[in-house]
Amino acid sequence: MPKDFLKDAKPNYDVIVIGSGLGGMTTANILAKSGYSVLLLEQHYKLGGMATWFKRPGGKIFDISLHGFPYGMVKSCRRYWSQDIADQIVQLKGVRFDNPMFSLTTTYNRNDFTNLLCNDFGVEEAKIKEFFDFARGMNFYDDQKITTGQLFERFFPGRQDVVRLLMEPIVYANGSTLEDPALTYGIVFSNFMSKGVFTFKGGTDQLVKRMHQEMKDNGVDSRINCSVESVNVERGKVKSVTVNGREINAKAVISNANLSTTIFKMVGAEKFDKDFLDEARDVRLNSTSTQVYMSLKEGEQVEHSTGDLLFSSTSKEFSTDKLLSREITSRTFSFYYPDLRPNPKNRCFIVSSTNANYEDWSTLSKEDYEESKRELVENTLDALEEYVPNCREKIDHAEAATPLTFEHYTRHERGSSFGTKFEGLGVSRGLPEQIQGLYHAGSCGIIMSGWLGTINYGVIVANDVDSLLMKQASSVS
Amino acid sequence: MTPGEIRTAVLDILEGIAQDDDLGQLDDSVAFREQLELDSMDFLDIVMELRKRYRVQIPEEDYPKLESMGSTVEYLTPLMADISA
Repeated sequence: MPKDFLKDAKPNYDVIVIGSGLGGMTTANILAKSGYSVLLLEQHYKLGGMATWFKRPGGKIFDISLHGFPYGMVKSCRRYWSQDIADQIVQLKGVRFDNPMFSLTTTYNRNDFTNLLCNDFGVEEAKIKEFFDFARGMNFYDDQKITTGQLFERFFPGRQDVVRLLMEPIVYANGSTLEDPALTYGIVFSNFMSKGVFTFKGGTDQLVKRMHQEMKDNGVDSRINCSVESVNVERGKVKSVTVNGREINAKAVISNANLSTTIFKMVGAEKFDKDFLDEARDVRLNSTSTQVYMSLKEGEQVEHSTGDLLFSSTSKEFSTDKLLSREITSRTFSFYYPDLRPNPKNRCFIVSSTNANYEDWSTLSKEDYEESKRELVENTLDALEEYVPNCREKIDHAEAATPLTFEHYTRHERGSSFGTKFEGLGVSRGLPEQIQGLYHAGSCGIIMSGWLGTINYGVIVANDVDSLLMKQASSVS
Repeated sequence: MTPGEIRTAVLDILEGIAQDDDLGQLDDSVAFREQLELDSMDFLDIVMELRKRYRVQIPEEDYPKLESMGSTVEYLTPLMADISA
């Protein structure tokens, strides 16, 4: 008999969370801590969603999305998780840029950037201050008409090099482009600039393991290999979910799955207003990625001075299209040294990431697909050679992931790496107005993307759910 | 609760949130944001704590009323009048 992954699950919960990405786990943890009964359902065989890792024989372990996050993560982990988790967060001091316009290493914070822009780029200090203050003052309620490209044009007209320095890392952090609303840039950029880039010491597996333990301590009933077939709605209210063929009731359902999967596949279009559906259909998915995972042989090391995060590009100019194109000219290398990313054989790991278009991969024949993956690995090794000399001799394992790989494991539509574009946030927030008790928490709207964004969005949604359940409880009693 | 008790209750919540700030110097008539290192998540935490501790519901459109200590106490006074300190 196949294993029953829902063994001893109760027939009723206050809350069911679909998906165990960082947003879903955060919502589940907060609501369980507040005293609600919570069931967390994950379709994959491990928790974490996109915050994940995989192992290969010989003590190799690769982190998928642990590239670096803003300092705000310390506060969010301390408050909504535990002091113990927050204590593991450390700064990455070597953020490096290498492209035909400039090569430099920075701690990626406001002071260092001010010095760089002033001394190396010759920008007037008052202008820099004005830009930083403007970006920091942006918030969600601001005017959304101005795009990031226009913002740069206003402050640094004609300065492609400055735009590249300011923009390139954010493209990798949340998938935003020069054509997106400026506030999607301003908020995330300012978050990073407040103190720099941070990481979780111990790796993604340690983080997820600790979060899992914390959820257990707070009473979350979490289940893996549980694929939700439908969210069932009755008279405009959430009633239950059907999972692995079983129906389980809940007063509130929070989907940490992709927004459009939630609306069109789990709930069903017929349950929503026409206008809302039109809006939901217009939500663009964010870009997807390819990655190459490389491990160094035991005993081989990379100099720390190589950097922690390296934004490398051979493209003479900077454009969003170029970053997505299959003619890869730009890559971000994440270097995982054994002191920050402990592993049994003290190996050093390197992950190369590139933003990508889904169609460039989904339309290939099986042979072409495999050939393209091999090509991706070879080209990446060629590019890495400049920073890690003789890397082909030092590396004993290299493999690639494509948008189809991300789609397969996370079930994100079209392998989207950062949820949806900006307009997704309004649709996500609008769900409970359509169906009482139905919520979405997960990477969307660019602002709510990345590790910190999705955790914070999980907090915001937990607050909404708590408010609803408390109202319901007081109207019953 | 009296306005004075509500102020103490809010101050107690703030102490947990703005751990690095000196709340003894807080000016009730000036916005929190101008005196403390608070971001939008911190304001959400104030709302969540008020609900958890005193079961006070603050709808999102009223969040701007939590701008300063003075405006917060004024806003909460009718909502928390029936709560015993």
